[in-house]
Amino acid sequence: MPSNSPIGQTHYVAALEDTPVAAVDRLDESQKARSTWADAWDSMRRRPAFWISSALILLIVVVALFPSLFTQVAPDTCDLGNSNDGPAAGHPLGFTRQGCDVYSRIVFGTQASVTVGLLATMLVTLFGVIIGALAGFYGGWIDAFVSRIGDIFFAVPTVLGAIVLMSVLPARTPVTIAVVLSIFAWPQIARIMRGAVLSARNSDYVTASIALGVSNFKILLRHVIPNSLAPVIVIATVSLGTFIVAEATLSFLGIGLGSDVMSWGNDIGQAQTSIRTNPQVLLYPAAALSVTVLSFLMLGDVLRDALDPAARARR
Amino acid sequence: MTQLANEDLYQTVPESTRPLLEIRDLEVGFQTQHGLVPAVRGVSLTLHEGQTLAIVGESGSGKTTTAQAIINLLAGTGKVTAGEILFEGRDLTKLSAKEIQDVRGRLIGYVPQDPMSNLNPVWNIGYQVEEAIKANNVAQGKEARKRTIEVLQEAGLSDAADRLKQYPHQFSGGMRQRVLIGIGLSARPKLLIADEPTSALDVTVQRQILDHLATLTRDYGTSVLFITHDLGLAAERAEQLVVMYKGKIVESGPSKEILANPQHPYTQRLVAAAPSLASRRIQAKKNPQADAEKIYSEGSLDTGLIARASRRESAAPDRDLISVQGVTKVYRIRKGGFRSDELLAVNDVSFGVKKGTTTAIVGESGSGKSTVAKLILQLEGITSGKIEFDGQDVAGLKGAELLKFRRRVQPVFQDPYGSLDPQYNVGNTIAEPLLAHKVGTAKERQARVLELLDQVSLPSATRFRYPSELSGGQRQRIAVARALALKPDVLVLDEAVSALDVLVQGQILNLLTELQAELDLTYLFITHDLAVVRLVADNVCVMKKGQIVEAATTDEVFDNPRELYTQELLSAIPGGNFEFGR
Repeated sequence: MPSNSPIGQTHYVAALEDTPVAAVDRLDESQKARSTWADAWDSMRRRPAFWISSALILLIVVVALFPSLFTQVAPDTCDLGNSNDGPAAGHPLGFTRQGCDVYSRIVFGTQASVTVGLLATMLVTLFGVIIGALAGFYGGWIDAFVSRIGDIFFAVPTVLGAIVLMSVLPARTPVTIAVVLSIFAWPQIARIMRGAVLSARNSDYVTASIALGVSNFKILLRHVIPNSLAPVIVIATVSLGTFIVAEATLSFLGIGLGSDVMSWGNDIGQAQTSIRTNPQVLLYPAAALSVTVLSFLMLGDVLRDALDPAARARR
Repeated sequence: MTQLANEDLYQTVPESTRPLLEIRDLEVGFQTQHGLVPAVRGVSLTLHEGQTLAIVGESGSGKTTTAQAIINLLAGTGKVTAGEILFEGRDLTKLSAKEIQDVRGRLIGYVPQDPMSNLNPVWNIGYQVEEAIKANNVAQGKEARKRTIEVLQEAGLSDAADRLKQYPHQFSGGMRQRVLIGIGLSARPKLLIADEPTSALDVTVQRQILDHLATLTRDYGTSVLFITHDLGLAAERAEQLVVMYKGKIVESGPSKEILANPQHPYTQRLVAAAPSLASRRIQAKKNPQADAEKIYSEGSLDTGLIARASRRESAAPDRDLISVQGVTKVYRIRKGGFRSDELLAVNDVSFGVKKGTTTAIVGESGSGKSTVAKLILQLEGITSGKIEFDGQDVAGLKGAELLKFRRRVQPVFQDPYGSLDPQYNVGNTIAEPLLAHKVGTAKERQARVLELLDQVSLPSATRFRYPSELSGGQRQRIAVARALALKPDVLVLDEAVSALDVLVQGQILNLLTELQAELDLTYLFITHDLAVVRLVADNVCVMKKGQIVEAATTDEVFDNPRELYTQELLSAIPGGNFEFGR
C-alpha cells in the first residue's frame, strides 16, 4: 500500500495540487444573471411542444383577425344547389346542407370562438386574481365572505348556469357569452390565487418587508401577487381552451351565439342534421375546435413545467 | 493482511482482522441535463470493527453521497461510476438489488438526517419499528412485538410499551430521533451509518442521543460512520476523521491529531473557523480599511481578531438603547369550536441593551427567543410589560411613528433562502427599504446600493442577479445589506448564521463585527448556538421556557455560569472545550 493512501489509520494529507482550495463563497460571475421568468423562458424554448403550440395559436389568432386573408369565398353566400356536395375547385372541404362553403365558414367562425375564449379568460383571470389576492392576503371576514360566495358559484356547473342565464338574455353576442361564462368560472382562479397568496404571505420575505416598513398594500402588489401568479397563468391558459368548448356547447344547444353569428359551435350544431349523409361537415369544424383547444392545453402544460419548481426538480 | 502501516497503534484491532468497511477509489456521479456531474471523486477510506469514523465537510462536499453509495441509497440519477466498496470483503457495488436489500438494515443500519420527515405520519411508532424488525428477519409474530419494545427501550424510550400505539406527531424531535436510531440498530448491524443524526436537535438532546449511541455501539461492538458538518462533534465522538472537500478527501486520520494539527490548507481553514468555547470574542480592529480585504477573503476567524473583549461600557452612554421591562406574550391556540388554550411564550422578560454592544439571547427551541425578537421588531403585539427604544415606549406605535421606528431597527432573518423575494433582483431588494421610506432620488438610491454591496464585500454586478443564483452566505449578506440600507441603529439578527456552513458563518460573523465597529451598530443576536455567542456577544441572556434564567456578560456566563441550566447547555456542546489547533 503506498504510504500516502488514505486508509484511515494513518494521518493522510492530500496533495494540494489535487485539491486546490477555492476562496470561500465567492460569487460565480461567469454565469449570466437570470430571473425566474428568464429561467422559465429558457426551459420552455427547449420544448418542441412549446413551439408547436405557439405556432398554432399564432396561426389561429391571425385567422381570427384577418379571415379574408385565408379565403376568397364569402361564408354566407350559400347556394342550395351545392347542398352536401363534396370538395370542388375553390371549395376544398365541400359544402354544408345549406350549400355554404365549409372551409370558408370555419375560417370566419374562428373569430367568434377565439373572442369568447380570450375575453372570458381575461375576465376570469382579472376577477379571480383580485378577489383571490384580497381574500388570501387580508383573511378574516373578507376571506370567509368571498370564499363562501365563490363556493356558491362553484357549486353550479358552468355550462348549466350559462344555459339558464343565456336563455333569459336578450342579446347573444360573443361578449355576453364571455361574461356569462366568467360569472360561473371565476371561483376556480380565485381559489388557486388565494392558496398561492396564502403561502406567499407567510413567507419570510414578506415578514422582512413588513419589518422594513413597507406598507401592506405595496407588499401585496410588489411581493405577494408577482409570486402567486405562476399557477394562475397555467390554469388560465388551460381554461382558455375550455371556454372555447363551452361556447361551442352552448351554440350547439342553440342558446349560444345567435344563428346569424358564424362560430364553430353553431356549425357543429347545424351539421348534426346531415351527420348520416355527410359526416365530414361535422368533422371539419370539430377538428378546428380540437386543434385550438389542444394548442392551449399544450401551452398550459409547457408553462406549468417551466413555472412550477417542483415539477422542474422532478426532471 | 498487511494494509495497515502502523497497526500496533491500534490494539483494539486484532491483526488477523480485515477492515469491516473498505472503500477504494470510489467515484459517484449524477446524470443531469448537462451530462454526468461528479459528486464523489476517488474517495478511499477504511473502517475497522468497533471503530467510529466521522466524515466532515461543508454542504456539497459529497459526504452524504459517499454514505448513501455504501448501501446504494443514492438519490435520483446518482450512480457509482468507479471504485469498490468492500464490506467484510464483499463488493457492495456489485450486488443485485435483492442482495443489497439483505445487507441494508441487517448488516448496515442507517439513521437518516431529518427525524421529522423520516417517520411515516399515518402509521403508529410500534408498527414502524416492528415492520423494520420483521423485514430484517430478526423476529416474527409475538416475538417481533416483544423485540420492538426492547429496541425502543434500548434507544432510550423507557415507557416504550405504552408508546407503541402513538403516532410520530405525538413525539418530540429527540424522541423521533431515538426511534430512528432504534430502527437503525434493531437488527444489530455491524455498521451504523448516521447521517447528521442530531443536527436538527437542541444541544442537550443531542448530547443525550450521542451518549446513548456511544453506549449502544460499545455494548454491541458496532462500528459507526458519522456524517457531520460539526467539527466539535467529530472531535468528541469519532476516533477517525475524514475531511472532504468538493468530492475529494483532503485529509484523513486520527481525529484528535488532525484537529489539533491540521495539515491541508482547507482543513486548517475549517478548523480555524470552527467556533469553540475556547475561542474569544472577535474584536474588529479599529483600522478596518487596511485589513478589510484580507478578513473578507478568508472564512477563518482571523486569530488576530480573536482577542479578549475590552469593556465598551465606558464608551457607551448609561441609558439602555433598548429596554425590555417585564414583557409577557400569550398566544391563544384555537382548540376547535370556541375553546382556546393559552400559551405563555414569553414570561416576564426584562433586559437592556446598550448602544454599540451585542446582546445575545440564547435558548433551545421553544424557549421564546424568537418571539422576543418579533416583539422588539413590533411584528407582534405584547400582552403586558413595556418595550422602550431610545427612551420611547414602542408598544402600539402607529403610522409615521412606527415607520420612524422601523427605520432605526432592522431585522435579518434565519433563512437566507426564504427572506429574499425570488422575483426581485438584488439591486431592487436592497433598494426596497429606501423606496418604502422615500429616501433620496433614484440615482441616490442606486449609489447607496453600490455602497452597501461594497460594505458586504460583494461585487457591484451582483445587483443584477436573482436570489436563486446566490449561495446561502451571499444571500445572507444581501439581507444584511438590505437591513443596513436605512443606516439603522439596531440590527436584530434572528439565527442569522445558523443555516450556513462553518466557513461562511465565520465570514459573516467577521463582517458583522467589522460593520459594528465601523457604523457603531447595536446587535440583538438571537441564536441557539453558544459557541457563536462566545465569538460575538458582549452580554448574554439565557432563555428557558419563556423566561430568562441567566443574564450577564459573556465572559461571566461562559467562565462562571451560575444556573444549572446554563451549565448543562455549556457542557452539552460537542467538543466544546476542545482546543483546536489554530
